[in-house]
Amino acid sequence: MLEQQLLNALTLGSVYALFALGFTLVFGVLAVINLSHGALFMVGSYAALAMVTRFNAPLWLAMLGAMLVSGTLGLLVDVLVLKPLRLRNAPHLIPMIATIGVSIMLTSAAQGLFGAEAMRFPEETLPAGEYIVGDVHVRALEIAIVLISFILMAVMFTILKRTQLGRALRAISESPKAAWLLGIPVERLFHATSFVASALGGIAGVLIALDFNAITPGMGQPMLHKGVAVIILGGMGDIRGALIGGLFLGFAEVISKAYLSSQMGDAVAFGLLFLILLVRPAGLFGRQLERKA
Amino acid sequence: MSSMATWFNDFWSTYSTLVFTVGVHAMMALSLWLTLSCGLLSLANAAFMGIGAYASALLTLQAGWSFPAVLLAGGVAPALVALVIGVPVLRLSGVYLAMATLAFGEVVRITILNMDITGGPEGLNGIPLATEGWHILLLLTLTIYVLHRLRRSKVGRAFESIKEDEVAARLMGINVARYKLLAFVLGSFIAGVAGALNAHFTFFISPREYGFENAVDFLTMTVLGGTSGLVGPILGGTILTLLPELLRFLHDFRSLVNGAVLVLVVLFLPKGIWEPRRVRAWWVRRTGVSK
Amino acid sequence: MSNTLLSIRNVSKRFGGLHVLQDVNFEVPAGSIYGLIGPNGAGKTTVFNLVTGLLQPNGGNIDFQGESLLGLPSHRITHRGIARTFQNIRIFKEMDLLENVMVGLHDHLEYGTLGLLFNTPGYRRAEKKARERALELLTWVGLDHKADLLADSLSYGDQRKLEFARALATEPKLLLLDEPVAGMNPSEKTVLMEEIRNIRDRGYGVFMIEHDMRFVMGLCDRIAVLNFGRIIAEGNPDQIRNNPEVIEAYLGKEDDQ
Repeated sequence: MLEQQLLNALTLGSVYALFALGFTLVFGVLAVINLSHGALFMVGSYAALAMVTRFNAPLWLAMLGAMLVSGTLGLLVDVLVLKPLRLRNAPHLIPMIATIGVSIMLTSAAQGLFGAEAMRFPEETLPAGEYIVGDVHVRALEIAIVLISFILMAVMFTILKRTQLGRALRAISESPKAAWLLGIPVERLFHATSFVASALGGIAGVLIALDFNAITPGMGQPMLHKGVAVIILGGMGDIRGALIGGLFLGFAEVISKAYLSSQMGDAVAFGLLFLILLVRPAGLFGRQLERKA
Repeated sequence: MSSMATWFNDFWSTYSTLVFTVGVHAMMALSLWLTLSCGLLSLANAAFMGIGAYASALLTLQAGWSFPAVLLAGGVAPALVALVIGVPVLRLSGVYLAMATLAFGEVVRITILNMDITGGPEGLNGIPLATEGWHILLLLTLTIYVLHRLRRSKVGRAFESIKEDEVAARLMGINVARYKLLAFVLGSFIAGVAGALNAHFTFFISPREYGFENAVDFLTMTVLGGTSGLVGPILGGTILTLLPELLRFLHDFRSLVNGAVLVLVVLFLPKGIWEPRRVRAWWVRRTGVSK
Repeated sequence: MSNTLLSIRNVSKRFGGLHVLQDVNFEVPAGSIYGLIGPNGAGKTTVFNLVTGLLQPNGGNIDFQGESLLGLPSHRITHRGIARTFQNIRIFKEMDLLENVMVGLHDHLEYGTLGLLFNTPGYRRAEKKARERALELLTWVGLDHKADLLADSLSYGDQRKLEFARALATEPKLLLLDEPVAGMNPSEKTVLMEEIRNIRDRGYGVFMIEHDMRFVMGLCDRIAVLNFGRIIAEGNPDQIRNNPEVIEAYLGKEDDQ
């Protein structure tokens, strides 16, 4: 029984980590808390659903489509909303408020277009198959989710730690001005980061939609809260922290839902988050919020 | 003349709730303004409103207290909570504070959701309709008066200086921690009273009204209206309460307009609609007359 | 014999493994102008941060008028009578000049909550007095004609003067000036020199960090020299000017460039 829960926790946690990864990338590189990340996550799942039901696309293609759609939207947000605010040197809470507006717009549009009722992926499109390992039922779906999440995260890690691009991004997250002086194309990388981070959010949306077999316009909101919890737990702007924080939150949530009441599971996450903020505002791995210009 | 009276009666019976709501939302926007004026972005005021609403409703329903007493309790209850969590939480700044207050708000909402005494997810029903127009008018006016007096005094200057540069404020002899706590607790008191007023004309309250989305709504009102003075939040509260009603025909897309408004205001009217300096500058340009 | 206003004894400060200040000793007498000089990065602003309570020393004592300042929060240190200006000017940009200076008067405004809420005569009197005092200070630095302007609209030199006036508003016994003439032209510097002498003559103590040698030598009664976190010399301007270690500390830096 415990093993089953652990599997659930791993599945959930890896998607949380993936979502948080995108969120924290934007925070680390652009120094913006993008509260529309949850909405972009939701858009990804609707996009994938539309591809599967309208265009009969295979699931893997729909996932790519979701990444593309969310990524593009994220890029648009950066170009249309975040960039003008950057040029104005707006204090950092202002872009956050603007992204709240974007989030409301996207959620409302989704509700208007698709209705508030939960939609689901048609049965045939889901990976079938279930394996039994000891006492544990492992669905092929869960394997796919964990695998996809970890592969994407591994790719991001590699890029960030081992490539020139990654070095450039890290330079920007330390100091955009210094990076610019070194000849790094900061604006372009801001756009690229927005695209990639939102794409990650989009596919996280598809994965969660598959895991819970439900897509609603409001699904981004609780996810956003969890994303915030993860990056605060794991440290704002720290990639490792997003991974560990995501897994940790997944575990905490599944375990408390299984062994305490289902509702209190959410309260546990937030209570924990609240306490951690008081004790270690930079999170478990994080660094200081203020960075040099 | 009697047709005027009839018209007014008809208007009132349809729209009184809306007018009351405008008043309550204006108070909420003002409570958020108060914390913002000290440089604190607190997303907890919806939660404080909820604490006030539930505390007052429960006292009316189960303890039979009089309305004035219940209103006072509605303000005191969240103020006590704010006092307790304020001391550690206010050591955080900027985004961390926003996140901590967000988390706190969620903890409150989930707790209310899970307690029996609060009726759980079904909320509280049957709250007596004790609020009348003059209550709201009186308390809103009182709020405006107190905030206005604070603003003009050394307290207002202290808030402003903390908002601009906490370190410099400290070196002016300002006890920053104490002033932040004052803004936070007073803001929570106002929010709590607004919640109590609200509970007693909506007949029914549920945890869903006091979550993050509502906190964001109030933030939007304040940002839209303008944070440089007291007119802004009231204006923003009025507009954003009436707008969804006017846009009823858009159904689900109402929120879309809300969201678009927020984005547009942030991009094009950074200080909100009511910004005295911009208005003054425009006046000078138009008339050539300066101060 | 003037008594000691500020006494710094055996003070050291580390940031992690970096020793910023080691075994720093000196005393600022009352009614004098005391200078702290040294190459960039020597730790001078850290000394100011320690005295004003923004940082706590790892060792040593800091006493003001005989009482220890250790562990006190910054606003209490200001109450005790120490005011400060900043190297990178920290005025309140969105407030007008008068309000800026009135913030400095915060502690000296005596009225309670009731007075504030009910606009009592006592409250009105106190506010009026504060306004007058603020205007007086602005006049003293020559900014009274701009009293209603936003601080943001001032030139660099004027902003420095505003910061000066605001610091004086707190009625300090010791005024800490962090590079007060940076960015000023020679005539402005001369004017400021006079103003600082005036302040000293009125009984305030002045403690400054400055790079402009002529300014420091011409103004200070005593000077301490900080290099790599240690005091390498202390004395009157002549002694400092001719001190071989001091010369080397500055010239040595030039050689490296």
